[in-house]
Amino acid sequence: MLSACLLAPLIGAALLGWGPKLSARATLTLGAAFAALPLVGLAVVWARFDVNGPLFQDVTELPWIPALGAGYRLGVDAVALLVASVSALLFVIAILYPIDHRERTGSYVAWLLFLEAVSLGLFLTLDLLMFYVCFDLSLVGMYFLIAIWGHEDRERAALKFILYTLAGSLVMLLGILSLVLARDPISFDMRVLIAEQPLAGTGLRASLSLFAIVFGLLVKTPLVPLHTWLPAAHVEAPAPVSAILAGVLLKMGTYGLLRVAYACMRESFAQYAAWLGVLAVISIVYGALVALGQSHIKRRIAYTSITHMGYTVLGIAALAWPTPVNAALRRLALSGAALEMAAHGLITSALFLLTGSLYARGHSFDMHAYGGLMQRVPRLTAAMIVASFASLGLPGLAGFVAEFQIFSAALASRPWLAATALLGVLITAALFLQLLQVVFFGSEADHARKLTDLGPIETASLALLLGASVYMGIAPGFVIELLDATASHLLGTN
Amino acid sequence: MPLQDLAAELALLAGACVCLVFALILPQRLQGLCALLAVLTCCIAAGLALHTAVAAPPRLTFSGTFALDALSAGVIGCVCGTTALLAAASPRWFARDPRHGEYYALLLLAALGAALLAGASDATELLVAMLLSSVTGYTLASYHRASRMSAEAGAKYFLLGALSNPLLLLGVVFVYALAGGTRYSQIFTTLSSASADAALQTTALALVLVGLAFELGAAPTHSWVPDVSQGAPAPAAAFLTVAPKLGALAAIARFCALYAASVIDWRLLVALLSLVTMTLGNLAALWQQDVRRLLGWSSVSQAGYALIGVVALGRSSLALPSLLTFAVGYALANVAAFATVIALRGRTRFADYRGLSRARPWHAMALSVALLSLAGIPPLIGFGVKLTLFAAAIQAGYSWLALAAVINTVISLVYYLRLIATMVLEPALERPALLGAAETAVAACTSILIVLTGFALQFAFAAVRGSPLLPALL
Repeated sequence: MLSACLLAPLIGAALLGWGPKLSARATLTLGAAFAALPLVGLAVVWARFDVNGPLFQDVTELPWIPALGAGYRLGVDAVALLVASVSALLFVIAILYPIDHRERTGSYVAWLLFLEAVSLGLFLTLDLLMFYVCFDLSLVGMYFLIAIWGHEDRERAALKFILYTLAGSLVMLLGILSLVLARDPISFDMRVLIAEQPLAGTGLRASLSLFAIVFGLLVKTPLVPLHTWLPAAHVEAPAPVSAILAGVLLKMGTYGLLRVAYACMRESFAQYAAWLGVLAVISIVYGALVALGQSHIKRRIAYTSITHMGYTVLGIAALAWPTPVNAALRRLALSGAALEMAAHGLITSALFLLTGSLYARGHSFDMHAYGGLMQRVPRLTAAMIVASFASLGLPGLAGFVAEFQIFSAALASRPWLAATALLGVLITAALFLQLLQVVFFGSEADHARKLTDLGPIETASLALLLGASVYMGIAPGFVIELLDATASHLLGTN
Repeated sequence: MPLQDLAAELALLAGACVCLVFALILPQRLQGLCALLAVLTCCIAAGLALHTAVAAPPRLTFSGTFALDALSAGVIGCVCGTTALLAAASPRWFARDPRHGEYYALLLLAALGAALLAGASDATELLVAMLLSSVTGYTLASYHRASRMSAEAGAKYFLLGALSNPLLLLGVVFVYALAGGTRYSQIFTTLSSASADAALQTTALALVLVGLAFELGAAPTHSWVPDVSQGAPAPAAAFLTVAPKLGALAAIARFCALYAASVIDWRLLVALLSLVTMTLGNLAALWQQDVRRLLGWSSVSQAGYALIGVVALGRSSLALPSLLTFAVGYALANVAAFATVIALRGRTRFADYRGLSRARPWHAMALSVALLSLAGIPPLIGFGVKLTLFAAAIQAGYSWLALAAVINTVISLVYYLRLIATMVLEPALERPALLGAAETAVAACTSILIVLTGFALQFAFAAVRGSPLLPALL
């Protein structure tokens, strides 16, 4: 079933990329259909997921390079399932969301489908080598999406993106190799690595390997000071690609922290978790402060991404840091971090899509170029208000549940750290309220009169994203139950 | 004398002679037939080499002067494959050359030189192989007598060769002074004893390394590579950046392995050579505006990566597989890239590649696949190369070298991507004319193999299982 989730978008990508030329409409419909197939597959896996079952379920395994202990291995825990599902949803929306395809609709959709396949591959794999391969390929896909369909300065931004993240991923490769080589015979099987912890007790080597892996992941997350590629990439990428970058690609960093750095190297990760927490808090506050200073709307949202990924990393750090933390708090931290990944995926993607819609109408990313849009474009305004409030963590929306859990876990053991991080929440609130006020309220700007409201596809996409985040905010129980099952496996062996 | 042990080499020699005879009797317009003969010869030679390797366990033959093991079989197979592919891509390029037929004879002799380098386990044989390889190389590089660029490339190649071959000879003399013989097994025994003079050992190693680095295209005798790559006839350039290089790599690996139990720190020497080579090649490649010159500098940096595998010999079980993977991956990628250039009638300025992905999408894709493989992007074979090399380095305790290679890989991405971006992102110019169908077929075939071998990385490990690096590493 999981293999089908990877194959469907790959077949779609090959078909649309190399097959006969179709009309733009047919291409989009076909692309969305292929992108939606994994959603169906994942829904089946959700339904089958056994809370009392083993850590990884729906496991498939085929040999690939037996001499290196690498294989094609798929399987899910609750975190993977959650993140993969959100990703698949985002890809369907990204394909349909209207942008100028520059007469290359076929290859645009093909690249997005390719990116979907490798992203799902990354979230669903149980093999560290396959994880790395997908990690790298996602960069290649994103490079072409930004470089071909981006805004004015796209080539430079795309190059900067791929150089930073590939440098990170190659350093991570060294860490991964050092990890797998510590076991004899070599194995890239995550289940083996999680069970045996091959680097435990090797001192300096374990620390260096951990640093290499975490470095690569943090470039992609990104945390300050490794974030400088992010604003450029976000600003130049077309809106749906920005949404994918924020909603899917950034998650690979934090997902990798959980799956590789934490799960496979528990001892050394715990040793440095407090420092990771400090880094996360710096990112939270720094991201929020810098975002507040931006009048470029997309840049502003890009920096809030750094803040939100900071919350996620704080949650992961809180999951691991040593005493005085009890198991219940750790469990809270894990489900908070996982939920934050999903919530940020839904909400920030919605924000980026809205920014794209705004730009398509007003041809400017400067928030002072707008004003008083509320009367002209009520649907756009409503969607923006809901998305902003969700992003700043209003109770009843997805972000709140996640951040509440993360802060509860962090406050109990590192109150000063958590208190500083709360500053980030305050600034985030301020910066979104200011954005709303300038763009949508106040006196009407001249050219606001000519703007048209959201079209049907835009409305439907945003309703879906925001609806999902409201649902997660009101009734997160069903997810948390699964996450708890995964947490008890991960923590039980602690 | 088990003559069948050298069946592959003899086949190459016979093929070269037959080509030469045909070149003498056939009219100029029919000399393209020699290409067919060359392809056939190479296929037979490759088959024989693999058969010899599989038929009996790894061994030394001809009184211990020639090694039949996984490394020699693999490299000879790659050399023959490369030669066959490039011979197939040559006829249209040389169609009007008055000496068309002789080109194939030279090509086969050069391949023979590379094959002998790969298997040599006697210092004098190493010398002979080196001379055969370089003499044919000079001629191939300057085959277009009327072209200034070609003549200059040949002259530069020759001058550097004239400098480094004597150094190799000197190195062999030093080794002889140490061991009192030229057989590798004898040298190995001498070097393993604690009483061997360390200074003399180091000097001998350094001299031999510099001599062999010439054919490998590694520092400090690398500077012919970009010139030959740019100026030599494109099919010859493709051959010269692949076949002699692989032969020299095997020769370096085999020679360095003799030092496995020596008192001197030979690994550090090779590691430094590797570091300098890859960094120099990459930094120089950054500024190129000419595709063939860029491929030349990239070939220098690739030689640097390959030396990582040599450093790890004897300390990591992954060293030998990594060298074999490199041989296959590098040969495929370079042949694919050059075949595309040949198919596009040798156009070589960056500006000529603008918008190629729209004008000639399949050619652009073949070249992109080759470049991405050289950069080490998964799941192409180039990724397998980097993966095994890095792993071998870490296992051998040379993590710093792996880190340096990582930094270099990131730098290399800049220029590989710059060429790809030129093809994909810029608007198309006119549709470039093609040379013929054969060159395009070679490009297509190799780029597909780049993808397929990437998934089938297991082959390198299967080939090496149970096979030592003769005569030192058993």
